[in-house]
Amino acid sequence: MKRRDLLKNIGLGTVGVAISGNAIANDLRVPNVPLIRRNIIIGDDGEFTGPANGKQAKELAYDQSLMDQQFFDEHEMATIAVLADIIIPADSTSGSATDSGVPDFIEFIVKDMPYHQVPMRGGLMWLDSESKKQFGGKRFIETTMGNRLKLVDMIAYPEQAKPEYSQGVKFFNLMRDLTSTGFYTSEIGVKDIGYMGNQPNFWDGVPQDVLDKHGVSYADWEKHLTK
Amino acid sequence: MPFQIKEDPTLYDVVIVGSGAGGGMAAYELTKAGANVCMLEAGGFYDPGDSKFITQLKKPWDSPRRGASSKFRSFGDFDAAWGGWQLEGEPYTQKEGSDFWWFRSRMLGGRTNHWGRISLRFGPKDFKRKSIDGLGEDWPISYEDIEPYYDRVDKLIGVFGSREGLPNDPDSIYLRPPKPRLHELKVMEGNKKTGVLTIPSRLSILTESINDERGQCFYCNQCNRGCQAYADFSSSSVLVKPALKTGKLKLINDAMAREVLTDDNGKATGVSYVDKISKQEYSVRGKVVILAASACESARMLLNSKSSRFQNGLSNSSGVVGKYLHDSTGADRMAFVPSMVGRKRYNEDGVGGLHVYSPWWLDNAKLDFPRGYHIEYWGGMSNPSYGFGFGMEKLNGKYPGSDGKMKPAGGYGAALKEDHRHFYGSYIGMSGRGESVAREDNYCEIDSNTVDKWGIPVLSFNYKWSDYEIKQAKHMQDTFEEVIDGFGGIPVGDKPGADTNYGLTKPGQIIHEVGTVRMGNDPATSALNSNCQSHDVKNLFVVDGGAFASQADKNPTWTILALSMRAADYITKQMKSGGF
Repeated sequence: MKRRDLLKNIGLGTVGVAISGNAIANDLRVPNVPLIRRNIIIGDDGEFTGPANGKQAKELAYDQSLMDQQFFDEHEMATIAVLADIIIPADSTSGSATDSGVPDFIEFIVKDMPYHQVPMRGGLMWLDSESKKQFGGKRFIETTMGNRLKLVDMIAYPEQAKPEYSQGVKFFNLMRDLTSTGFYTSEIGVKDIGYMGNQPNFWDGVPQDVLDKHGVSYADWEKHLTK
Repeated sequence: MPFQIKEDPTLYDVVIVGSGAGGGMAAYELTKAGANVCMLEAGGFYDPGDSKFITQLKKPWDSPRRGASSKFRSFGDFDAAWGGWQLEGEPYTQKEGSDFWWFRSRMLGGRTNHWGRISLRFGPKDFKRKSIDGLGEDWPISYEDIEPYYDRVDKLIGVFGSREGLPNDPDSIYLRPPKPRLHELKVMEGNKKTGVLTIPSRLSILTESINDERGQCFYCNQCNRGCQAYADFSSSSVLVKPALKTGKLKLINDAMAREVLTDDNGKATGVSYVDKISKQEYSVRGKVVILAASACESARMLLNSKSSRFQNGLSNSSGVVGKYLHDSTGADRMAFVPSMVGRKRYNEDGVGGLHVYSPWWLDNAKLDFPRGYHIEYWGGMSNPSYGFGFGMEKLNGKYPGSDGKMKPAGGYGAALKEDHRHFYGSYIGMSGRGESVAREDNYCEIDSNTVDKWGIPVLSFNYKWSDYEIKQAKHMQDTFEEVIDGFGGIPVGDKPGADTNYGLTKPGQIIHEVGTVRMGNDPATSALNSNCQSHDVKNLFVVDGGAFASQADKNPTWTILALSMRAADYITKQMKSGGF
């Protein structure tokens, strides 16, 4: 990568953090390419393909193969979407789970982590079965929002739920986990949680008002520097 | 052996197997000294400054699994390590009751691409443990022998820290350490009460510029992803590439070394390897052969290098090769910190790792276990990845929410979002990493029934912790609760007890395995002399963790680098005087 591209890539052009002038140097690029016999990764299929965008060829191929499959059917996906937005709705700070793509994330993650498949599929079936029992034969997404929340309230509070709903509680815990993680690792979610890192900067310690609030200072730490 | 081996006609001065800390340093020093060197690396080429390979500063959503581990990267989509606990087609096996974990990175620079950059010198006592407690074996060198090389490593690579003058944690030549984060200030403050010594950490990350080829740290907290500014130490960026620039190094990637070749006089003549792309067998010839494939891979190569002269494998007349395998101990605990809820948001990424740590602060003579441990601290407002927000139902019913009120655990909706925000960054964790005692009956050996997909016989492991390590883990857990109490935290989950060996990690999991080709003065009880030179084969060297006589309560990398540099010095001198 050329230096100006690298600067662009890590955003130094705008942030202006001091990085040693020649540091990210073209001259550390290996000029003598033939010395490196090859710069390729072999895929499991034996084809010679190159890495790209931080992934080895076999990783790219594997992720694509997962994306080419569909695990949940339409009804299951619709149910996941409704549940996800009950768990993470839009509020005054940010959008909802579906705004952030949580259902697609869950579809991918159960293919990548197959141990989630039976608990998720079975849990959705449990939910529909319970819904039909309670609400005149209607599946979860076919009943009213009031009824949906009535059912969710029975399984969303582990310490208050009736023992006969323990499997439902377990499913809802998993759904809460996957929805939360999918949301807070999305662009909307990272902004919502207020994570401000993952960018070039200069760390010069905790802001003074935070030090004051927590009653700590750098006085003791500075003693270590003068030894 | 296959009937057709393609031999490179070049006679190199030195053939090096492996491009991690040991191999990279040997290549750097020897090429700078003018030697013609050939390096075999079992994995692909890697440069963290090349967009093809960059994972640094990618967003969580750039990964469809949001940075979770995959079968191709045990430490997650963004981690630099290509590989992990299992490699497809390259198995390892266990003896009855053994559960050793073996982490392998198949790439230029090996495991130095993702490591924690904790760069600690061993102390004077660490080289003479048997003389102190009667266990294990003394090194054939003392701290004074290696000190000048530590100095040179510090200056060449760069390490930050503070001068403390501690008796067994010698100071390096330091760059400015980064200021502690909030949770680390709380740990320092709390540990004034507990007496657990807590000082600035010592990491090989450039907080100041040291040369024109490497940049300064820009504080993204992602050293494990590899640095495009080359501001942290990895062998690939800091050693191998400068060695390539000399024009004296031929690097062969995707070369899976099979065995060390020898002649009728018992001298090493080169290395045979499988080209992983063509699956053809090749060999390269060298006046000197250096193994730096990792402690276990180097032992494997030696044990697989059998001949009528060397029936136990090469450099193994003592029978110690593969034995005395030992990894660091590990145990962890996490705490919720009520005073840290509802934090003001700011960027506290810092460097890729801890800003403060606790070196071993006690005297084992007063304890019921030998050997010490250090404590690493973690926490803060970190980059969300897969697993973020899991288990809220175990937290939000126990402590008041942002409105100061209690409510039932679990839940959903706007209140759940508010809880995620409220509790974000309010945890402090700690990890003890300690020294285990090397034992003859913890070993790796060749599995007589199994080969990998390259046809190379694989390793079988036999490793069990002893009471020493288990008692040490118990002490860690007791200490963790004191430390947590000191900073006003509440331990999360149950305290690990005897049923789990007090949370002691499985052997291998800390990835500090060493000792399999140990050095010593007596050829009957060691494979190498104090210069990392084989007792049996004078032009054969092992410069990875295999050479260690014992681990310490410290990470091994800085000592691997210093030992390799020292061995390279010795090789250069010998070559100039026609020693090989």
